[in-house]
Amino acid sequence: MRIAHRWKLTKTLDPHPVSLWFIPVISILLAFAVGGIFLAATGHNPVRIYGVMLNGAFGSVYGVSETLVKTIPLLLTSLGVSVAFRMKLWNIGAEGQFYLGAFATTWVALTFPDLPAAVLLPAMTVAGFVGGAFAALLAAIPRAYLAVNETITTLMLNYIAIYWVNYFIYGPWRDPAGRNFPLTKIFSDAAALPSLGGTRVHYGLFYGLAAAALLFFLFRYTKWGYTVRVIGESNAAARYAGFNITRNIIAVLLLSGGLSGIAGMAELAGVAHRLQPGLSPGYGYTAIIIAWLARLNPCLIIVTAFLFGALQIGGYAIQTSGLPSATVTMLQGLVLFFVLAGEIFTYYRLELIPGKEVAAGE
Amino acid sequence: MNNSLLIALLVSAVTSGTPLLFASLGEVLAQRSGVMNLGVEGMMLVGAVSGFLVATKTHSLWAGILAAMLAGGALALVHAFLTVTLKANQVVSGLALTMFGTGLSAYIGRGMIGVPAFNYFRPFKLAFLGDLPFLGPILFNQNALVYISFGLTLLLWLFVYKTRPGLYLRSVGENPAAADAMGINVFAVRYLAVFAGGTLAGLGGAYLSLAFAPSWLENMTAGRGWIAVALVIFATWNPLKAAAGAYLFGGIHALGFRAQAAGITVSSYFLNMLPYIFTIVVLIIASGRNRRNGPPAGLGLPYDREER
Amino acid sequence: MPENIRVEMKSISKSFAGNPANDRVNLTVRSGEVHVILGENGAGKSTLMNILAGIYRPDAGEISINGTPTVFSSPRDAIGAGIGMVHQHFRLVPSLSVTENIILGSEQTPFFLRLPQIETKIRQLSARYGLQVDPAAKVHQLSIGEQQRVEILKLLYRDSRLLILDEPTAVLTPQEVDELFATLRQMAASNRAVLIITHKMREVMAVADRVTVLRNGRNAAEITREHISEAELARLMVGKDFSVRDIRPKREKGEPVLELRNINADSDKGLLGLRNVSLTVHAGEILGIAGVAGNGQREMCEVIAGLRRPTAGNLLIDGKDYTGRSPKEILRAGVSYIPEDRLGTGLVPNLGAIDNIILKETPAAGRQNTVLIDYAGAKAKTEDLVRRYRIKTRSLTSPVKLMSGGNLQRLLLAREIAAAPKLIVAAYPVRGLDIEATDTVRNLLLEQRDNGTAVLLVSEDLDEIFQLTDRIAVLYNGAIQGILATAAATAEEIGLLMLGANTTEENII
Repeated sequence: MRIAHRWKLTKTLDPHPVSLWFIPVISILLAFAVGGIFLAATGHNPVRIYGVMLNGAFGSVYGVSETLVKTIPLLLTSLGVSVAFRMKLWNIGAEGQFYLGAFATTWVALTFPDLPAAVLLPAMTVAGFVGGAFAALLAAIPRAYLAVNETITTLMLNYIAIYWVNYFIYGPWRDPAGRNFPLTKIFSDAAALPSLGGTRVHYGLFYGLAAAALLFFLFRYTKWGYTVRVIGESNAAARYAGFNITRNIIAVLLLSGGLSGIAGMAELAGVAHRLQPGLSPGYGYTAIIIAWLARLNPCLIIVTAFLFGALQIGGYAIQTSGLPSATVTMLQGLVLFFVLAGEIFTYYRLELIPGKEVAAGE
Repeated sequence: MNNSLLIALLVSAVTSGTPLLFASLGEVLAQRSGVMNLGVEGMMLVGAVSGFLVATKTHSLWAGILAAMLAGGALALVHAFLTVTLKANQVVSGLALTMFGTGLSAYIGRGMIGVPAFNYFRPFKLAFLGDLPFLGPILFNQNALVYISFGLTLLLWLFVYKTRPGLYLRSVGENPAAADAMGINVFAVRYLAVFAGGTLAGLGGAYLSLAFAPSWLENMTAGRGWIAVALVIFATWNPLKAAAGAYLFGGIHALGFRAQAAGITVSSYFLNMLPYIFTIVVLIIASGRNRRNGPPAGLGLPYDREER
Repeated sequence: MPENIRVEMKSISKSFAGNPANDRVNLTVRSGEVHVILGENGAGKSTLMNILAGIYRPDAGEISINGTPTVFSSPRDAIGAGIGMVHQHFRLVPSLSVTENIILGSEQTPFFLRLPQIETKIRQLSARYGLQVDPAAKVHQLSIGEQQRVEILKLLYRDSRLLILDEPTAVLTPQEVDELFATLRQMAASNRAVLIITHKMREVMAVADRVTVLRNGRNAAEITREHISEAELARLMVGKDFSVRDIRPKREKGEPVLELRNINADSDKGLLGLRNVSLTVHAGEILGIAGVAGNGQREMCEVIAGLRRPTAGNLLIDGKDYTGRSPKEILRAGVSYIPEDRLGTGLVPNLGAIDNIILKETPAAGRQNTVLIDYAGAKAKTEDLVRRYRIKTRSLTSPVKLMSGGNLQRLLLAREIAAAPKLIVAAYPVRGLDIEATDTVRNLLLEQRDNGTAVLLVSEDLDEIFQLTDRIAVLYNGAIQGILATAAATAEEIGLLMLGANTTEENII
């Protein structure tokens, strides 16, 4: 009797260092190639379309500044998400944490509109952090004490947060002078983050960069960052070493939510200047993708967030060619597929096990 | 509220809840096999656009339904390949799917925004059942897809709890190592479950574009896919409870809608929050003690025979 | 009644990564007999049975069933040939019912589960073989003993002709053990063949028709019922007496460093893992814990390290009560635990050597500042340790999971010893290591002892115990069977204690 050949995927412990870089880059290129094929198959010239996107995002000062504006909330939420992911806590509630941060910020801005900016802005920032952290806390406690799956609770909290915020926008905080549009009163001038040059790029950018630097420092140089890494890598070793896992789950999620909360504050104080529904077109979800692609590295997150911001702006630009801006989300999805699939080749080897002749079985 | 208003509300609860029901029935299958599928939203959208497109082009509603199911299923196969064969992270893969599905559907449907539906699934009375008092107009004066959803719910309930393949499905989700040791092909079960889940999500999307709206709009699912994921947990992975939950969620939306129209904007937001809060509460309760109503123990974890 | 079966394993050999687990082993088992496989840890029993159950494929040798050579390419083939195995870790789905678990994967089951009919058949089997269990109950509600019955029923439901049980009594109460033996004898009487892996003397005496003894992967003996005696079996299992090489300088024992007083603790399965354990380890001595793995060693180590709460009794370190304290406090008290699971618990696999060295925050690990990590200091320390202990690693930052077993252990020991502990608890420190690494580790432990450290050495290798320890405590079933001075003990004595025979209080010193 002949036993057939078998293909087998075996895990390799020792990924070749080149493949750690090479394969993601190839994956991204492949994604754009496939996207291009798709565009071509449906009657559009991919090279031209990509050109329009590039031009829209980078071809002018306005384009670059708009890209940066989009980058800021993406950067902050991605950093937030990355903190949780470091400890293998799958926080997909960045969206809700963003909104609750925006909510808290709005409360401060609307309650104390006459404070000087030097006081108001920091207060709003703190409020933003607290709001986001609180949203995360609601999922952190069940996770830390009852091992309740944080993926689902944070997802649910996204919706709760959005309805909560909408209630206020459509209700008690609705601007009486707003002709029944769902908008809060516009913030006072003191509640606005200053911007750079004549562009819309606001100081939220510095929040983002500072946060990235802080995280870089925390995880590279501090005991706490080390603790988080160990807990994420091996619960058993962490317990053996005497680390308090419960306390750290809460701390990490608080920080994670807080950063997304600041993203909400920055978007309000830098761009929108009033709370409105749809303040976030899904930043919290895109953040997960960015954090993942960037392997949780703060420096790479800055770059990746910027590129995603560019994709977003490029997407707006192609609308003039008759394509919906959502085309870029298609590309983003493709990139992610290929990177996910590519990972398999970094960490696994494909082996062919030859067949052989054996005595007949029963 | 007088009787006719109540009936009207309940009718809307059913019509509103049906796309949720389809999607969550599919997700029940997938999660029962141990695979978390967060791509439901994307699959529904792809189903909605494909259904509308094919139906319009072929002038056959049923061809549209078939196309929608295949589209949802195809996307689901990508998720299955990534998470079951390549053992990628299920959360990230599902999210990627939603992004991709959202974008893809917007792209495919770009020429059809505002195109009027040539036809749609109209409600009709189901024989004598439609004449029953109270229940008649609510349950038995609906369109064909709703009737199919009734049947599907019962079928899936029977399947999961009363058939041999259903037993295999449950065992794979709870303890893939044990199932594997008993000779069950874990990969095959997971692929099939995820694929079936995708087809049902696609069907749910097609319901929106071919019965509920009926039309195509970018992002027309408006988060229903995510609600379906919540529903599954709320229903503790039980098809019958999923139906109850779907109508409950649907009813809450309908109620909120009407309240809004009547100028009572306040309470609708809190009403809408309730299902999500309930879901969290259900999870907390399930985590504590018994395993009867908990998630399938193997949910979210890739299975590798070598790593024993 | 199933047909007769005669299974022969001829000259079976199997190696894992160069280490031979089975070396030309022969075994014959036939219908109507209860056949026991006896041996210490590492003797090759489980490997042999896994080959028979179709889980592993032998490197050489042949299996024949009723005279016909057979090859199993998967467990399914073995099941098809009528061979079934009950593993130590059950393959059950906790949230499903007993019936559902039994019929899982069976082709006899109809599409529409007619549970009542199946339940009736299961009740019949239950009654016939004395395996009482409620078919409708969910598995997670059952006791371990009942769960084991479900596993056995699974085999009977499929008409298995040869049943293999791997250490079946490890998780049973004495009454359940008797019930199980009655069942096994019944199965043998109904023309089936039964193979049991065990290391417990009482069981061999109670139920075996024939015994195959394995030692170091080879056949040591095959004995029939009439010729079985405790002493003979012990001798066969552990080999001849060891000469105790006196390589150690005579030293005065110091003060007690560790004291366990009447410690009771639960095992992971909720049963009693440690029963009334009392012992003392003094500074400057090595106390060896002998016993077949799974008799409470892990629970004892974890209690000492603070990773497991005792349900009764006291833990004293240097005379101070540390019962129920956190692992961190016990660390600070000067206790170093070198766990059995080097790469999952003792070290973090994906982190590098430096990151692993600083795991326990002791002052010796280069961390002065409490907020920042002194990487420069840690790196210097690691370099020093790598040099001194001759640890081979690609770099100080490459993940330690890439290191060989020997180097991992060196790293672990380096870290622990650098912390200048008062007590070292070492669990199976040389398991899986090559000769050079083994030597290094043993010498390190001896060195520590000579410096005044107290050492608790858990080992399954009697050779090692005789060579390194000053006193030997034997653990069986969670209780101390005896504590003997190494110089005065014989291998046979220790072997008997390890097998649960000779339990007397007089043996404690």
